[in-house]
Amino acid sequence: MPKINMVQALNLALDQEMAKDDRVVLLGEDVGLDGGVFRVTDGLFDKYGEERVIDTPIAESAIYGSAIGMALAGLKPVAEMQFSGFSYYLLHQLESHASRFRSRTQGRWSVPLVVRMPYGGAVRALEHHSESREATFAHFPGVKVVIPSTPRNARALLTASIRDPDPVIFMEPKRSYRAFREEVPEEEEVVEIGKAKVVQDGNDLTVVAWGAMMRPTLKAVAAVQEKRGVSIELIDLLTIAPMDGNTIVRSVEKTGRCVVVQEAPRSFSVAAEIIAKINDKVLLSLEAPVKRVTHYDVVTPYFGRELMYIPDVGRIIRGIDETLDF
Amino acid sequence: MPIRQIGDFSISYVQVLDEHGNLDEELEPELGEEQLIKAYRAMVLAREVDQRMLKLQRQGRMGTFAPTTGQEAAVVGPTLAMTEKDWFVCSFRETPGRLMRGETILQTFMYYNGYEEGNTLLPSARTLPVSIPVGSQIPHGVGIAYAMKYLGEKDAAAVIFFGDGGTSQGDFHEGLNFASLWRAPAVFICQNNHWAISVPRSKQSYSQTLAQKAIAYDMRGIQVDGNDLLAMYKVTREALDRAYAGEGPTLIEAVTYRLMMHTTADDPKKYRSEEEVQEWWKRDPIPRFKLYLERKGIWNDSRQGDLEDEIKKEIEAAVREFEQKGDFKPDAPFDHVFGTEHEEIEEQRGDFLANLAELEKKEAANA
Repeated sequence: MPKINMVQALNLALDQEMAKDDRVVLLGEDVGLDGGVFRVTDGLFDKYGEERVIDTPIAESAIYGSAIGMALAGLKPVAEMQFSGFSYYLLHQLESHASRFRSRTQGRWSVPLVVRMPYGGAVRALEHHSESREATFAHFPGVKVVIPSTPRNARALLTASIRDPDPVIFMEPKRSYRAFREEVPEEEEVVEIGKAKVVQDGNDLTVVAWGAMMRPTLKAVAAVQEKRGVSIELIDLLTIAPMDGNTIVRSVEKTGRCVVVQEAPRSFSVAAEIIAKINDKVLLSLEAPVKRVTHYDVVTPYFGRELMYIPDVGRIIRGIDETLDF
Repeated sequence: MPIRQIGDFSISYVQVLDEHGNLDEELEPELGEEQLIKAYRAMVLAREVDQRMLKLQRQGRMGTFAPTTGQEAAVVGPTLAMTEKDWFVCSFRETPGRLMRGETILQTFMYYNGYEEGNTLLPSARTLPVSIPVGSQIPHGVGIAYAMKYLGEKDAAAVIFFGDGGTSQGDFHEGLNFASLWRAPAVFICQNNHWAISVPRSKQSYSQTLAQKAIAYDMRGIQVDGNDLLAMYKVTREALDRAYAGEGPTLIEAVTYRLMMHTTADDPKKYRSEEEVQEWWKRDPIPRFKLYLERKGIWNDSRQGDLEDEIKKEIEAAVREFEQKGDFKPDAPFDHVFGTEHEEIEEQRGDFLANLAELEKKEAANA
């Protein structure tokens, strides 16, 4: 199996789905000739032509809105938002239409539509290029929100998203785009949307993370295990919405302690939802309050200060230690 | 360097049959008797459904809805020009066309009385459900038009309806720009009914016409008497032919008038004069088209009487059927959140049903 980075893995998923199904079309700003500003669609314009890899004007609402129309007419569009920070123009189309067509028509119509968007910080980018707003998208009923963490699951989740019957917000941790390589099989692979993955089993504490937070979390977990001789269960959420609460709940029932690591601000967040699910189901199994290691409720600072705000290995270790020591 | 003129733009106005029944025979479209009567029936049916719904609404037997009285020709004309392969992409004031595209009166009633069961036309009918956020359906039509071109359906176009207020939305401008760039087979129909709730056309845009907004996108723009069925048919037919031939989209401004309120929750007396409304009643699209049919010798009082009886029966049957309907599945919304099953949704359904059962138990005990 070749070792590739996340950009190459996403490109592989797009390429294979396009080769297989000519209803799959890509559209977005600079996705064609340029291959996307991060090169995720590199080479696809030459291979599939301008009718299938569409360079659009800079109009995020119409990119998403016209993709809704394409999906209604039987295509499988994969739209790209150049950065999640510019995706908010699509929110009204998401809330007003993409999320509702199925329910509005009692299942007669659906909007099988993927929108990919790089999200997250730590790449020394200008304002609007570093946020982590998955909770915003997850709050719309009828919308699936998926966040991969490695090249292999990125490829498998994107393939599953393209084949999914519903609108999927596919958020790509741009910090992880080229940060590391992983073996990714040439043959097709899908990961079921709506299922979290237990990355490692453990008995003393559960850690839940997703996206770009998985890498520092893995390091922190290894460090604490080494230092304290404890065993930690680590869950990669993979799908934010609809959330696989049961995998988390079962784990916390066993371990009695939980730390959630998220890049997004703390309040009204995915971490808050995870805690609510734990409280609903296994409150009495808890040996300690569930800890949130998160960004703060501040406007994302410019990159000069950003690393002080994004959870890092040190903060995650402290969060785990405090929860074990409670 | 002399300043040169590099563009030359103009906007035409089309009227075939004026409000007094005068006909421009050169512009008269070729329509057979069957087509003409189909159009007339569609307009009369829409008017009667509208007026019946208004009464039901005032009696508390129907929810809020947007009346279409006065605007029938602006929708029926284009719908008559469309085929089953074309896509009908509408906002919320196109009921006359929806009824022509296969929606039943019963479905209209269910929709406006708060049930999604009214939106159950199959995708194969190529008629999208009502879209309420102003202008938001425009990009959908553009995407559909792109798909038709991509899939090689050379005899299919998207006909996209919106109002004068819709032309102020970003989605309108983004949609026109995309459609023009893509040479998409799309026909944009702006029902300029002069009022966006209380905001008059003059406060919506400083532009002399709404049709001229097409010029910015190098698109054909044309203004039409929207109360003239023949003109609306003719101009849409031509726009569709251009769309099929790959000659790009067209923006049609249908100049019409909303004779009733914005929706049943609105009182237009607050913002417009009765004189203005009365002036527009004189341009009602239905009597002028009836006169046209009579002069052609294909319509008379006896046929009118039969049509009125038939429509009345049809509407009353739908009212009866609707009012007897009580089998709306309470937890249907849980069936259609996603196309795949999820534990969280099923768990919440369980919660909802348990709550409902509890409520029913209490009601039974109190009875």
